[in-house]
Amino acid sequence: MAYEAVIGLECHIQLNTRSKMFCDCPAAFGAEANTNVCPVCLGLPGALPRANRAAIDSALRLGLALGSTLQPESVFARKNYFYPDMPKNYQITQYDRPLCEGGALPVGAGERQRKFELIRVHVEEDTGKSFHPERFGDHPVSRVDFNRAGVPLLELVTQPVFREPAECAAFLVGLRRLVRWLGISEGDMEKGHLRCDANVSIRPAGDTKFGTKTELKNLNSIRGVEKGLAAEIARQKRAVAAGEKIEQATLLYDADHDKLAVMRSKEHAHDYRYFPEPDLPVLRVSAAWIAAARVALPELPWETERRLETEYALSGEVASIIGADREHVRLLEDLARAGVSPRTAANWVANVVIGHANRLGIDLARFRERVPLGPFATLLKRVESAQVTATAAKGMLEDVLDKGADPAGFVSGGEAVSGDDVLLPLVRAVIAENAGPVEQYRNGKTATLGFLVGQVMKKSGGQAVPQTVKEILMRELGQPAER
Amino acid sequence: MCHGDDAARAANARAVRGGPLAGVPMLLKDNICTTEFPTTCGSKILAGYRPPYDATAVTRLREAGAVLIGKGNMDEFAMGSSTEYSAYGPTRNPYDLGRVPGGSSGGPAAAVAYGLCPIALGSDTGGSVRQPAAFCGVFGLKPTYGRISRYGLVAFGSSLDQIGIFARHAGDVALAYSVLAGPDAYDATTRLGDAPDVSGWERGVEGLRFGWPENLWKEGVERDVIDGLSSAAEWLERAGAKRVPFDFLPGEYAVATYYLVATAEASSNLARFDGVRYGFRHEDSDDLRALYTRTRSAGFGAEVQRRILLGTYALSAGYYDAYYLTAQRARSRIRHEYHEAFARCDFMLLPASPTLPFKLGEKTEDPLAMYLSDIFTIGANLAGIPGLSVPVGLTASGLPRSVQLLGPEDSEPVLLSAGRAIEMKGDQTKFDHRHESEFAWPTKR
Repeated sequence: MAYEAVIGLECHIQLNTRSKMFCDCPAAFGAEANTNVCPVCLGLPGALPRANRAAIDSALRLGLALGSTLQPESVFARKNYFYPDMPKNYQITQYDRPLCEGGALPVGAGERQRKFELIRVHVEEDTGKSFHPERFGDHPVSRVDFNRAGVPLLELVTQPVFREPAECAAFLVGLRRLVRWLGISEGDMEKGHLRCDANVSIRPAGDTKFGTKTELKNLNSIRGVEKGLAAEIARQKRAVAAGEKIEQATLLYDADHDKLAVMRSKEHAHDYRYFPEPDLPVLRVSAAWIAAARVALPELPWETERRLETEYALSGEVASIIGADREHVRLLEDLARAGVSPRTAANWVANVVIGHANRLGIDLARFRERVPLGPFATLLKRVESAQVTATAAKGMLEDVLDKGADPAGFVSGGEAVSGDDVLLPLVRAVIAENAGPVEQYRNGKTATLGFLVGQVMKKSGGQAVPQTVKEILMRELGQPAER
Repeated sequence: MCHGDDAARAANARAVRGGPLAGVPMLLKDNICTTEFPTTCGSKILAGYRPPYDATAVTRLREAGAVLIGKGNMDEFAMGSSTEYSAYGPTRNPYDLGRVPGGSSGGPAAAVAYGLCPIALGSDTGGSVRQPAAFCGVFGLKPTYGRISRYGLVAFGSSLDQIGIFARHAGDVALAYSVLAGPDAYDATTRLGDAPDVSGWERGVEGLRFGWPENLWKEGVERDVIDGLSSAAEWLERAGAKRVPFDFLPGEYAVATYYLVATAEASSNLARFDGVRYGFRHEDSDDLRALYTRTRSAGFGAEVQRRILLGTYALSAGYYDAYYLTAQRARSRIRHEYHEAFARCDFMLLPASPTLPFKLGEKTEDPLAMYLSDIFTIGANLAGIPGLSVPVGLTASGLPRSVQLLGPEDSEPVLLSAGRAIEMKGDQTKFDHRHESEFAWPTKR
């Protein structure tokens, strides 16, 4: 029998607010251990939480972007369990009355768009971080850093809408883009800004009933989510094929060894004893607050992608590359505003700029510091008016990025060369130096013409106009022999 | 459990001269955090624990010039009605050393009664200020929920807890209230807006109606307590108030409701005492589970463990609806019943406790009898309304008698005026307090 997987995701998004969820401590990452702490986030006796408005604002932004229903009244709750990195031995979260309900994350644009439905998005606090085992003299010890305790998180829970691990990966890429786009989180899975647990079960393909699910934790990269799910789905299929029953359990995925380990079986499932947090009043979000959040909301990535396709006539592929990051779009539109045609700008951003940024490990803000908009726009306009060849322009850009050349050079120099007076000697030199390929061309292997054009381009320092070079070469070589 | 002169001198040095409480020595229940004294909550699990911060109430007292002289004993984590459940030994009633001072704020109540200090702070989750005030013959105010910041008060039942005030005179309660009450950015459950103005505490009761729910003391209430109620009612009438008799019955399910809400919240609030970060740690623990269970089994007393178990049970999957949720519904109903009662009167007169101070050891073996002694006080906590214990003189055997006044939210000015009216008539105390009027309101007493 053919089986299909049913997967639902629980994602935790660490917000980039200045202060923590329930106190004034900095939420920043990287400080010396246990320095960003106070009586509240250490859970000292008598300390009380107070909700961070900026975190609620971030939740509203995400909720609005996802089309969730924003509840005018939602309730904080305590999730009770003992763990040393949780100072109060309960986590303040939301339970039966979350801030955002429903909604969906669109992934892709236009015809290819899929919408993954959500159950909820709610606000909660992060735990501290445990380090173990370490040693102190002869004794094994564990240490806890509470700097992260109380950092605001959003928990997003999807409907069980995924059938393939690849869909989950696409969802996470889309979610990561969205939280960055909205400016509410750095969204880096490797750094724990975005974390993901998955619930997965299998059932005979076409069935509507759900099978027994397992929960997969410790999926700390998008690749890890895909691999972990694939491993667990395979395990469940093998078990069912062998006539075993799937047991409800929580599993840990070890990405380094591609292995699953049982963390908790059903008998040891926690009873979290949720109840409304008595230290915090009902969270009231006024219509005015929501309206202000709505006004401040940027154009959403899937809307931008669509607009790039329609307004600038970009291909779906280029639009999705540009739309992957708000900074790409910003650069494209800044270039367009500076007079570069959107298509040229888009092609350069998608095919050149992103490649350099990735190669150098810099973001577009840093790229733009090194390649200021004005000269860059001028360079591209000169390419468009054929004053500079694309090849020469790329070389000039590389000189700026890699050799510290002054971008002011984009404004002049590097002029395209198309006159016989300059090109003819170069063409003749290349013919003289490449007897073999010339022979091949004359014998009918016309593909060698491209090679010869390239040699001339090289000699011209990239400044020759390729079409002109080709014409002169063909004139000089004469017709190839018929075969 | 008062601390020595060094601490008092240190605190003195920080006291603000010229504030409304300038130079007034004050004692705090040992669950209110201060930087200069340990805060143990009467528990072994916090032995020697010294908080790195001051409670908001403490900050306000300091700013008003008060001098903190030490901490007062209490039932462990405020769970008890006799101050016998303290890991540091019981406190005794200054009127009869064989009897309890009430609880859980027995230490501060006894200190004020005996004259160690004129004003002290306690906390009241189900009567823990009003009942010991009654047992020790002093005034004891539990303010409206949210009027005095709980920041720095070690939580028992967060939705019920309020810091309360002990003093020998209504005016001193009013003075401390005026310093302490008001919104606090550090406690999201404080009420917004200014606290009610209690400067008119000598205004009298002319034209006020007081409820007389006589059905409440038909049975199970000691004769002396009823006599105290009758005296207080007569004095109020003579002062111009009008008695409004009616039946009032929230007591039926209030005790059950209270013990579900309070224990549920406590089971979660007390989870943080685990030996990992501060306080007592059981050293003979090889793994995490042993560390938790051994620390908590050895660190908490029997009554605290009993309530943590009760509360954990009430919140457990499968029982939550039947217990916690039902208790929340009952609580709404109780709040509504008080609201309706206060449509007919400005405040209500009722006992603070069904009994006079009982003997040490008399109820420690019977938790249920101890719980039932809270029957007249827990309603105010469930409803979030203020209550004031007012002394009405001594019994023939020389023990304090008291009554309790309950009013609607923010009725502190009315309760204090009525308390003052009773104070004017009563013969309050057997102790000679010679320093009485040095730190009072500018008006004469």
